[in-house]
Amino acid sequence: MPRDHRPRSPMAAPRSFLWSRRIFLTLLTGFVLLPVYVMVSSSLKPLADVSGKFQWIPSGLTLRPYVDIWRTVPLADYFVNSLVVAGTATACSLVVAVFAAYAVSRHAFRGKRVFTVTVLSTQMFPGILFLLPLFLLYVNIGNATGIALFGSRGGLILTYLTFSLPFSIWMLIGYFDAVPRDLDEAAEVDGCGPLGALFRVVVPAAIPGIVAVGVYAFMTAWGEVLFASVMTTDTTRTLAVGLQGYATQNDVYWNQVMAASLVVSVPVVAGFLLLQRYLVTGLTAGAVK
Amino acid sequence: MTTTAIEKPHGRTGQRHTPGAAPRRRRPGRLRARGLPYLLLLPALLLELLVHLLPMLIGIVMSFKELTQFFIRDWTAAPWTGLGNYAVSVDFDAPVGEALLKSFLTTCLFTVCSVGLCWLLGASAAVFMQETFRGRGFLRALFLVPYALPVYAAVITWAFMFQRDNGLVNHVLHDQLGIGDSPAFWLIGDNAFVTLLVVSVWKGWPFAFLVLMAGLQNVPREIYEAAALDGAGMWKQIRHITLPSLQPVNQVLVLMLFLWTFNDFNTPFVLFGKAAPEAADLISLHIYQSSFQTWNFGTGSAMSVLLLLFLLVVTGAYLLLTTRGRRTGDAS
Amino acid sequence: MRTIRAAAASAVTLSLVLTAAACGGGSSADGSGSGGGKTLTYWASNQGASLEVDKKVLQPELDRFEKETGIKVKLEVIPWSDLLNRILTAATSGQGPDVLNIGNTWSASLQSTGALLPWDAKNFEAIGGKDRFVDSALGSTGATGQDPAAVPLYSMAYALYYNKKMFKDAGIAKPPATWDELIADGKKLSKDGRSAIGVEGGSLANNIHQVFVMGKQHGADFFTPDGKADFTSDGAVAAVKQYVDLMAAHKIVAPGNAEYAQNQSLADFAKDRTAMVLWQTPGTTFQAQGMNPDAWGVAPAPVPSGAPGQGRQINSMVAGINLAVFKNTGNKDGALKFVKFMTGDQEQKTLNSAYGSIPPVKAAQQDPAFDTPTVTVLKQTLATSAAALPQVPEESQFETVVGTAVKELFADAAAGRPVTTESVRAKLDKAQQQMPKK
Repeated sequence: MPRDHRPRSPMAAPRSFLWSRRIFLTLLTGFVLLPVYVMVSSSLKPLADVSGKFQWIPSGLTLRPYVDIWRTVPLADYFVNSLVVAGTATACSLVVAVFAAYAVSRHAFRGKRVFTVTVLSTQMFPGILFLLPLFLLYVNIGNATGIALFGSRGGLILTYLTFSLPFSIWMLIGYFDAVPRDLDEAAEVDGCGPLGALFRVVVPAAIPGIVAVGVYAFMTAWGEVLFASVMTTDTTRTLAVGLQGYATQNDVYWNQVMAASLVVSVPVVAGFLLLQRYLVTGLTAGAVK
Repeated sequence: MTTTAIEKPHGRTGQRHTPGAAPRRRRPGRLRARGLPYLLLLPALLLELLVHLLPMLIGIVMSFKELTQFFIRDWTAAPWTGLGNYAVSVDFDAPVGEALLKSFLTTCLFTVCSVGLCWLLGASAAVFMQETFRGRGFLRALFLVPYALPVYAAVITWAFMFQRDNGLVNHVLHDQLGIGDSPAFWLIGDNAFVTLLVVSVWKGWPFAFLVLMAGLQNVPREIYEAAALDGAGMWKQIRHITLPSLQPVNQVLVLMLFLWTFNDFNTPFVLFGKAAPEAADLISLHIYQSSFQTWNFGTGSAMSVLLLLFLLVVTGAYLLLTTRGRRTGDAS
Repeated sequence: MRTIRAAAASAVTLSLVLTAAACGGGSSADGSGSGGGKTLTYWASNQGASLEVDKKVLQPELDRFEKETGIKVKLEVIPWSDLLNRILTAATSGQGPDVLNIGNTWSASLQSTGALLPWDAKNFEAIGGKDRFVDSALGSTGATGQDPAAVPLYSMAYALYYNKKMFKDAGIAKPPATWDELIADGKKLSKDGRSAIGVEGGSLANNIHQVFVMGKQHGADFFTPDGKADFTSDGAVAAVKQYVDLMAAHKIVAPGNAEYAQNQSLADFAKDRTAMVLWQTPGTTFQAQGMNPDAWGVAPAPVPSGAPGQGRQINSMVAGINLAVFKNTGNKDGALKFVKFMTGDQEQKTLNSAYGSIPPVKAAQQDPAFDTPTVTVLKQTLATSAAALPQVPEESQFETVVGTAVKELFADAAAGRPVTTESVRAKLDKAQQQMPKK
């Protein structure tokens, strides 16, 4: 991103600005890092340490929690479930959102306003309102058609992909609007057809925005607790619910909770940070419209 | 951004005549052209219908029924109560309505505080980091970590830190800084509000930061140059150029933060378990408790419908006000 | 309603086809519906140190069952945080396991949903008869006058666990038998940053168990004989106040206990930070926390005066796990066979020893394995001085609202606010108003 290297102002910043910046950013870093430090240090402590008074410096380090986490709960299975569910939901959500956003951005049609307003307003639905109805609906569909939605990964994927749709569509509309219309019109005149124009012109130009939306969709699915707790079974349980297994009837294995949290966070955070520069550019064009 | 966007597609369209991509045989018919947008919308529409709209309708139907444990095996058989569930929910003199109202007000206060703080932190960080300096890229990545962490993992860590006897927070405040006679409670009692706020802001501000930072990139550099030539200092530039230029991003950002915070279930649920302290009894959790914990899904549905109506009104009013304000602002 | 469902179904099928086409599948359907004649799905509750421990305990037994009958049992161990919700959704949808564990206090609540198979004489006959089970355990299997909704599987009782060394250091010769003694001993034990007794103030279920027993001791039930909520009787108010006063008035409970909800009180006990705890079968947890089994003693839970018995001398709830058959099962015969197997003498011995609980089956209880001092106390309590929680459909709501009231009162006490008869009555009144109207 060439933008990064461009000084914002040609004037040298005054000392007051520099000092405020230094202080503010230091405090903020501390605030952000505090739980991360606790997570890392506690995950290396023996159980006796974490169920006693907090210590900044662990009295002894152990890797035991990292071994035990796989035995206390079937963490690996949960991990695979989460990955499949969140990954598929993200991919599907992107495809559906790209189509819808393209239609809204490039076509005039009756009901366009109704559609956008309706879709966007679903963003504000409190999850608690439709948890039970959705569950019943899935069960009835299962009984009527034999398609197992309840308790299956498929049902969860369908749910999550819809959760991220409103925001995704809305972001992508903004982003597609920013791609000059002459481009795809030119492509269509060249004989590309409207879908050709979408995939050859608009989508490539909108990659940062699509990545940003994809990351959002993934995060939504990865962290959801409420629906996952009702709609999954032993074999389809996701991490967000599965991590609760470290608090058993008689004990909380805090060190294992922290170790497991860390293990499930690292891949997501790493992926997120790899993609973060897309996020900024993606949002720049999408959100600002 | 726009320059790259223009160049890339040109490259692609140039490849169009390669053998792989066969040219279309026929111009699309009129009917097809008119049907196309609907076809493109169909998947989204069906999904919304299935996962959002239909369940919402069922939820509304349920809110008129006396849906207790005796009827959960076949909810359609539950007796109708008309507006009974609504009457119970809004009877603010009786405990159920009173608790709902209290929870609602708590949620409002919490949302205002949380959104305000998230915005403040996000905006400050974005402004301070608008200009390049050493370590800026690293810090930006670091600041996104709370947003990237899975909600459960992050919140459970905070719960661990906020324990009264063994937590880090009291270790620092009480043992090391010597504040207060005895360690404070953070997970029960009135302080729970503060706890919830801290966790919510910690988790939410990076999103504000991200969006505001993106917004700032759209401010043309020339404006700052012109201001500098006029003799405006750094602080003045921030006040008169940077902050006003965030206006359009703010409209959406604040709305998103508002809806997320107001409807947040995960944070209080993981932090406090099934019965949140009154001071931190957010509406989503409250409704969950009123339906799932006490097996009274009719009343729970009625409460959810009321909540939805409130959100619709607020969002509508907000959009109307901010959009009108923006239009007049543009015109002047 | 039928049209809505039909419309929903068709809309959904359409969208499914579409998404399937767009996404290329990617889902592995795996409903937990009841399978054919030769398989069963069994939901077990979390009884051991972790879900995986439970699987290790149960799987060999299930394998044995398969060898005996040819019926394969698919096991799912469900954490307590999820169990009631999962059962509720199973009841709602009709899609659930064939056989499942339920907390015995939920029996009447779940019975009222009609989702569980009633245990009439014929069904009991299939598992060897009703009189194989201990009476007290049968008392917590559903509303009186109706066929039980479940059969007892594991039994437990509350007892007083005390730290021998701390008692000796404080010069206390024997564990307290009455509340007055407990408070007097407690004052001696609360010193040097240690406190006398631990409570789990944030745990709704535990709060209920404790105040229910204290209610009995004050001659109060939380429900009238015809099943109406009655939380504000003088006895109920006195009971709740007496429990919270351990912290508020007598200060023999550390204030920090008010937020305990994840069994921190057991960790405190294992680390010699508290001298007593009233609990059901915590032995394995103490050991997991590094406490030597010789270091603690077990005594019957205190009573107002005299010795434990019936009426006002009750000193424990009938705690335990019941085994239920889901009415929608496609394999009722297999399910009954499985219940028979699980409640058979041999399995009862094996499983209850593994979990430190007591067999609710008379014959199995006679086994020498259940003659240790600890188990004898529990056995004695169950046989003579335990009472079942109210067997009414609203029991699970009662746990939620009254448990929350007690939690809030503990929070008040911990914050130094006064806990008075009036404030207790106000909280309980609020709780009662949240109960469904009858």
